[in-house]
Amino acid sequence: MTEIVIFVLAAFVGFEVISKVPTTLHTPLMSQTNAIHGIVMLGGLIVIGLSDNTLDNVIGTIAIAFGTINIVGGFMVTDRMLGMFTRKPKPAPAEIEQSRTEPLDAETGSSETTGGSA
Amino acid sequence: MPLALLEPGSDAVTALYLVAVVLFILGVRQGTHPTTAKRGNMIAAVGMAIAVATTLLFDGIGNWGLIIAGIAIGSAVGVIASIRVQMTAMPQMVALYNGVGGGAIALISWSELRHALEIGEALPLDTLIPILFSAVVGSVSFWGSNIAFAKLQDLIPTRPLKVPGQQILNALLLVGIIAACVNLSINNDDPSQAVFIGVLIAAALLGNLVVLPIGGADMPVVISLLNAFTGLAAAAAGFALDNIALIVAGTLVGSSGTLLTLEMATAMNRSVPNILFAGFGGAPAAGAVGGGEERPHRSVGPQDAAIALAYADSVVIVPGYGLAVAQAQHAVKEMADELEKRGVNVNYAIHPVAGRMPGHMNVLLAEADVPYDKLREMDEINPEMPRTDVAVVIGANDVTNPAAKNDPDSPIAGMPIIEVSEARQVVVIKRSLSPGFAGIDNDLFYEENTSMLFSDAKAAAQEIAAEIENL
Repeated sequence: MTEIVIFVLAAFVGFEVISKVPTTLHTPLMSQTNAIHGIVMLGGLIVIGLSDNTLDNVIGTIAIAFGTINIVGGFMVTDRMLGMFTRKPKPAPAEIEQSRTEPLDAETGSSETTGGSA
Repeated sequence: MPLALLEPGSDAVTALYLVAVVLFILGVRQGTHPTTAKRGNMIAAVGMAIAVATTLLFDGIGNWGLIIAGIAIGSAVGVIASIRVQMTAMPQMVALYNGVGGGAIALISWSELRHALEIGEALPLDTLIPILFSAVVGSVSFWGSNIAFAKLQDLIPTRPLKVPGQQILNALLLVGIIAACVNLSINNDDPSQAVFIGVLIAAALLGNLVVLPIGGADMPVVISLLNAFTGLAAAAAGFALDNIALIVAGTLVGSSGTLLTLEMATAMNRSVPNILFAGFGGAPAAGAVGGGEERPHRSVGPQDAAIALAYADSVVIVPGYGLAVAQAQHAVKEMADELEKRGVNVNYAIHPVAGRMPGHMNVLLAEADVPYDKLREMDEINPEMPRTDVAVVIGANDVTNPAAKNDPDSPIAGMPIIEVSEARQVVVIKRSLSPGFAGIDNDLFYEENTSMLFSDAKAAAQEIAAEIENL
């Protein structure tokens, strides 16, 4: 049951954490979350420890290799994509951000204030 | 095993996993803001390193030779592929990485089932059901992603491939998979491995058949959806293995990926079920493909285009995938610089799905040092189109097709477009009149105020820049 609770809470965190993403960051963000599900490589590490025959060894090794590609490739490619943006002068992206999130910021700001005074 | 220190499920492991998943959450959160995205990616990568290191210290981890081999091969492939890949090929790269992740999940679930059979004890349903779920979804994701990769890489036709009765076949496969899974669950004291392998194969077929009929233009949404599914499959594998890190990280990807998918589909004015079940162009408009060559159009050279641009007050550049393929972003930037030297106001109109993925074109133009404030979003630039002197369409096609607005029977009807035909003059730089990704003819090419400049995007931009300099 604890695992179900964790699952449901994690789902909500995922929904909350990515709302209001500028289009510019859709591809890098998809790539980053893609790298994160490479965590399944841990499963490969666990099952290969249980293996005592050739077929399971092969399955486990391929699973670990696949998972590692997912992790290493995913994070590196995301870093390369984002590297394209960081060479830019700072003010411009801030402007884009501002225009997109201004109403949101105002909202959060006010709700925070309310929360603080309550 | 000297390295085996931690008991799986112990407090130390839970604490270390907690650190890892908190870093994932922070990483994704920072990934949603341009200024922090790069750091966010690093933070998530550190979280991953902690999760992997923790697991390597588990009591019971064995087969070190194979573990090292798997990690070495995976790292080498991942590093080399990531360094070599062109920015233009990024979407298919993500598809491929997503596919191997799904493949890993399917293989792990198979190995788990084999282990349970070996021990000979009944598999409790709260383990078996997650195993089956991750097997099916992992397999669908692996094959579906591979097809998406092949389509984006032009290894197979990007146009929708339809087989008659396909919906029925897919439905039968799905029913078969569910029936087999129910059978395995009922016989959970001795589940048949043959049936399980049958499930893997049926899921592989389903992955192929679901993605094959989807047109190339819808592929980003499909990849994003498969990404979310792979996350859920990883979470399911976490349930089977009682591994909290897998559950949280997988679920995080599942839910955030679902939102991202919906955002992409909205940007294209298409619904996810529509993409999955209708294919692109479910009702092919008569004469939509072919026959286009006979229609009259106006063809111009680089000099005419240069004159039109140099004496304009405002120019909007509409970049598309063709620009990316030709690696023309730097040449286009130089052309824009020449225009700006003459006092022309130059902006770039970025369609939400320009390139082959949302945000893809922004990455490519950022690579060419185009300032952010010049990149204008579709909704922002469309009202300015009637006041624009010249719209230059470079390697874009479907996203400018007025048929999306005017022709309710068009396969792309309702898709939001950049309304270049509203501009006083339109210059389209394109290699031929051939249809774009959606496989349909573009009425824009035949409009009165449109001039076609048949050339490679990079060569054309360089020639126009040179001509402007000489004016």
